[in-house]
Amino acid sequence: MFTRHDTLKPGYDVVIIGAGGHGLAAAYYLARDHGIQNVAVLDKGYLGGGNTGRNTTIIRSNYLTPEGVKFYDESVRLWQDLAEDFDLNLFYSTRGHFTLAHTDSAMRTMRWRAEVNKHFGVRSEAVDAAFVKRAIPSIDLSCGGHAPILGALFHAPGAIARHDAVAWGYGRGADRRGVEIHQQTEVTGIRVQAGRVAGVETTRGFIGTSRVLCAVAGFTPRILDMVGLSTPIYVHPLQAMVSEPIKAWLDPIVVSGSLHVYVSQTARGELVMGASLDPYELHSTRSTLDFAENLSAHMLDMFPFLCEVKVNRQWAGLADMTPDFAPIMGVTPVDGFYIDAGWGTWGFKATPVCGKTMSHTLATGRNHELIEGFTIDRFARYQLTGEKGAASVGH
Amino acid sequence: MKLLVCPLNGPRPVTEFAYGGEVRVSPDPDACSDAEWGNYVFNRSGSPGQKYEWWCHAASGFWFIALRDTTTDLVIATYPAEFVQTGFSRVRPQ
Repeated sequence: MFTRHDTLKPGYDVVIIGAGGHGLAAAYYLARDHGIQNVAVLDKGYLGGGNTGRNTTIIRSNYLTPEGVKFYDESVRLWQDLAEDFDLNLFYSTRGHFTLAHTDSAMRTMRWRAEVNKHFGVRSEAVDAAFVKRAIPSIDLSCGGHAPILGALFHAPGAIARHDAVAWGYGRGADRRGVEIHQQTEVTGIRVQAGRVAGVETTRGFIGTSRVLCAVAGFTPRILDMVGLSTPIYVHPLQAMVSEPIKAWLDPIVVSGSLHVYVSQTARGELVMGASLDPYELHSTRSTLDFAENLSAHMLDMFPFLCEVKVNRQWAGLADMTPDFAPIMGVTPVDGFYIDAGWGTWGFKATPVCGKTMSHTLATGRNHELIEGFTIDRFARYQLTGEKGAASVGH
Repeated sequence: MKLLVCPLNGPRPVTEFAYGGEVRVSPDPDACSDAEWGNYVFNRSGSPGQKYEWWCHAASGFWFIALRDTTTDLVIATYPAEFVQTGFSRVRPQ
């Protein structure tokens, strides 16, 4: 599927660190839209092996701030025809997305989000409990009696897609246009001369380049240490799990912030489930029994009939969190060093628009207008973005 | 169940504890620049390593300091909160 390159060239126009969805999408759009094909994508592991292959594949744009809504809506639009673009089935499946409200104050937030969304032309509605029951007949609206569902925010364009295929599609598309993908090539240092990027040191030797994009999610702080940049990014694990495959019964995506659950059913019949972040900093992808126990208990509050269903696998990714739940993107104080990070628990759905906007930023040296609210200098200016709709669970 | 050794209560399940973030020393708010203050308020040392951290045993409301490796999740030592005044200035990373 990909060309294997045994040797690194002495230099490239652009070096992208991280062969996940974001890094490969940037490479793809650089080659396709900006005519920059002399690009190397480096990964210390394997393609799509980080958070691209660890998320719960949900795509939506029902955010709270104008910056967030516009940005993700562009991403949802880009998702629609990607499969055709790649000639690869992404199993993109529009399901509708329910964010359940169990309290009056949650209902108020849902109405607020619905109105912000509609203002920007995004299809979201606050709906009542009867609407939820019609769409998900097997749900227990009382949630065992202790967290009754009052209504929900319903976002019709909510979708899921096969996450591995996204990385493969972008990777293949970039590869066919001349981009080199080097797996198992770890960046060990970044050479900066007089405030400008001069190249990267890797486990396979030095590469000269004047432009580096850092798209490494939970490994971002280690790369930033190499160029002496500080950010608010902190890393907590985010866990997820999947059930054995069962008969199709759940069409929409269901999220409950109060119960700390999000769940969808894949085309194979597995339930893909996630909850909130682990409670403290850790740079490890271990799983915990606490997580599986708590998430299962909350799943059973909503869907008691699942009590005999087994959990097949659980895993974790390293989420790079920011204090305002918005990403950090664009140019940095180091000339030629670009960042696409701080994607925490919400990065998968933004893959196409991140690739689009970062390729534009790399090609022109100026931030794309859609990412102006996400720049690294917003903290020094005390101007945080405040996207509390960033992940549907946990805050 | 993972256990954490509290200096007051001994080994307790980690779910009884709340994480309070890395121990950090504030610059003098009257003397520092806006940029230095912004750096203190927002920026963090996000890379893995051995870090001194605030932890609270929620059941007893007892705050203390743990030296923990954030790659392996092993707690190397715990200290009473007074450690910030008595010993932290000697060991804190510059």
